[in-house]
Amino acid sequence: MSVPTSPAVGSLPVKKATRDSTLLRVSKYIAVRILTLFATVVIGVYLTIMIANMGGFVDTIMKGQIRDRVTQGIIASPSAQTMEPEVRQKLIQDTIAKEEERMGLNVPIAVRNARYLYNALTLDLGRAINMTSDSGSKQVRLILLERLPATLLLMGISQLFLFFSSIFLALNLSRRYGNFWDKLVITLSPTSAVPPWFYGIFLILIFAALLKVLPFGGMVSAPPPDNPLDYSLSLLQHLTLPALSLILSSFFLSIYNYRTFFLIYSSEDYVEMAKAKGLASRDVERRYILRPTLPNIITNFALLIITLWSGATITETVFLWPGLGRTIFQAIGLYDLPIIVGSTIIYAYMLAMTVFLLDFIYSLVDPRVKVGS
Amino acid sequence: MKNSLRGLFRYPSAVVGLITVLLLVSTAAYAMITIPYQEAIRLWRGGEEVWYQNPKFASPAWINYFSDKKYSESFSARTSDGSIPKEVTPASEGASTMSAVYAFDFNADYYPQEMIVYLTSTFDEKQPFVSMEWLTPDGRTIRIANIAISQNQTYRFAQDEKLRTRLRTENVIASLFSDPETGELLKGRYQLMISGATFEPESTIDAEFVFHGQVYGLAGTDQARRDLIVPLLWGAPIALMFGLIASLGSSVLTLIIAAVGSWYGGWLDELIQRITEINLVLPFLSILIMIGTFYSRSIWVMLGATVALSIFTGAIKSFRSIFLQVKESMYIEAARAYGASGPRIVFSYLIPRMIPLLIPGLVSSVPAFVFLEASLAVLGLGDPVLPTWGKIIEDANANGALYRGYYYWILEPAILLMITGLGFAMLGFALDRIFNPRLRDA
Repeated sequence: MSVPTSPAVGSLPVKKATRDSTLLRVSKYIAVRILTLFATVVIGVYLTIMIANMGGFVDTIMKGQIRDRVTQGIIASPSAQTMEPEVRQKLIQDTIAKEEERMGLNVPIAVRNARYLYNALTLDLGRAINMTSDSGSKQVRLILLERLPATLLLMGISQLFLFFSSIFLALNLSRRYGNFWDKLVITLSPTSAVPPWFYGIFLILIFAALLKVLPFGGMVSAPPPDNPLDYSLSLLQHLTLPALSLILSSFFLSIYNYRTFFLIYSSEDYVEMAKAKGLASRDVERRYILRPTLPNIITNFALLIITLWSGATITETVFLWPGLGRTIFQAIGLYDLPIIVGSTIIYAYMLAMTVFLLDFIYSLVDPRVKVGS
Repeated sequence: MKNSLRGLFRYPSAVVGLITVLLLVSTAAYAMITIPYQEAIRLWRGGEEVWYQNPKFASPAWINYFSDKKYSESFSARTSDGSIPKEVTPASEGASTMSAVYAFDFNADYYPQEMIVYLTSTFDEKQPFVSMEWLTPDGRTIRIANIAISQNQTYRFAQDEKLRTRLRTENVIASLFSDPETGELLKGRYQLMISGATFEPESTIDAEFVFHGQVYGLAGTDQARRDLIVPLLWGAPIALMFGLIASLGSSVLTLIIAAVGSWYGGWLDELIQRITEINLVLPFLSILIMIGTFYSRSIWVMLGATVALSIFTGAIKSFRSIFLQVKESMYIEAARAYGASGPRIVFSYLIPRMIPLLIPGLVSSVPAFVFLEASLAVLGLGDPVLPTWGKIIEDANANGALYRGYYYWILEPAILLMITGLGFAMLGFALDRIFNPRLRDA
């Protein structure tokens, strides 16, 4: 987790009209901001759609798959054995055409991309091509919603723990920097160069393979326990290793970053002044160090909330955790465009909204910041 | 610059990091010199015909140092290079007899997996005849097989039904290495006697004895009998290449684009900012997975995509804000006054100023790219041709290495990856503190 040094996330150069009222200035700013952010989302999602079918390359693969499946299916069916070859050929061609129409492969790619884009922007996520939810639905919305709790549980617990524990520990370290614990954190911070799935492999090796105390992967034991208490215990058991690996991989760097950040702010003159006045260190921290760093902390928190949505693809794959990240990976393997686009558009909207709201939150927490100025 | 280098040695972590990086570079050079590229690919892509001498799933031989009970080491010997001595005695009418005895000491505490004899012969019409006998340390002689051999004949001890019946056992190998009284494993000197008879003047027989123990070599083997030392060694140059090119490419391009944008300003700057915002919306890993799944898994395509997606990131914003300050400084004004052109100012005055900031970031971002390559391999999107550390982990995962207890298979590439990541991270961290004095005291 990095700490941005500048609180202004993409501020726009809106010409400052000298006599404009605050209302006019703010509404003009809001209008321009919404427009640019929307354009960003549109272009970003369109690019993803373009990449997700590789300029028609995926269409060729999918058409081949349909042809193969339909031909095999019809040739293998007993009723086709007695048909005339021409009749059978016609049946194959018709079925292929129907199947291509069902997947929308019969319209030109540009039209299809535009349709995908429009549907995505209006949050009409549509139906998946190959994947189904565990309850049997092909609705993209239901497939994503079904996996959301698993990802929110894993990412929520690990990211929130990381966020609060690292701020708390960093404040403590910045108070007495240079002591043993501080040096330990500095020494250990390069460990964050290693991604979470990698710690996952080591944790599986130690706790699942050697000590046999925790499961290798999955979300609950099979068959799932009926009793809610047993169910939560089993869930907790399965959650421990993936959550631990996500935490381990960012823990020390996160503390180090916040600590350095707090140290820079605590060397300001007004902090020295407050200390000289004899204020209690708790008050100094709360009012003179945490307060001016609040915009950055809020930014980090907002970005954290967004990352909850995207999940941790590789960690979920290594631990066979049925979350969103792994779903996206599976969807790509099955050329399931609607699911890829669906998850991208939700992420894009969430990011755009966060960026938009942050500007206003800054002006609320920091009186020096004015919206649109 | 000189002071900075001297400063480097004041940080123990920097020294450790530097040594690690140098060791990695020399490993990479060693790998590329001892196993040329084509040879490495041939070995890595080779099947049974290249690796038949090795057992599957063999742990590295050094695990014997850590265990009281010893595993048997794999080996092979053949008459063609003299490692099995062969004697040919001519007989009447162009016929000849051949005898080869191979003696070896067996001191392990576990039975080997399998023993195989590969017999090759040349003849026109009459097939040569071979009989094999097994001599145990306690002086027993066991008849193994009497066979007429074709040009390429493979004899597998454990799969010989006749031998199994004769020895009255389910497990031929265990029976051959046991004391018949107690049924316990018998250590000592074993001998395999191969005697053959040929019936034509030009006819010859050669034999190769392959012994599949539990352990093999320095690194062990995988599911395709491949010696893991090849991908372990060759993983180093590939990981370094990917990490260094990706981090160098993306950070230098980011710097240049940020400098150009902030110097010329206007629509160009605006465009760069908008592209950066769009890039934030794009799902980085998903796009790489899509390219790997739909288009190509070649490491160069992945490298290109990685660099392209890593240019317009948050770094461009922080470079830009510093460039906007630098732009106003006196020396730039002086350059303008003497009439320096825009490109000259950008490349000779703005960019060099940022190199101290660039280097720590560049070194620190190497691990992320090295692990990215490994991550893609673990997802099954590694380059299909190249032997990399990530591919070993993928193979191990796919074969349930952790579940089945083949820990060496995952640990060896994982530890190498970890060392690489930590080495660059430690060096980059120290460089950051040296080049950015604001952090030095903190």
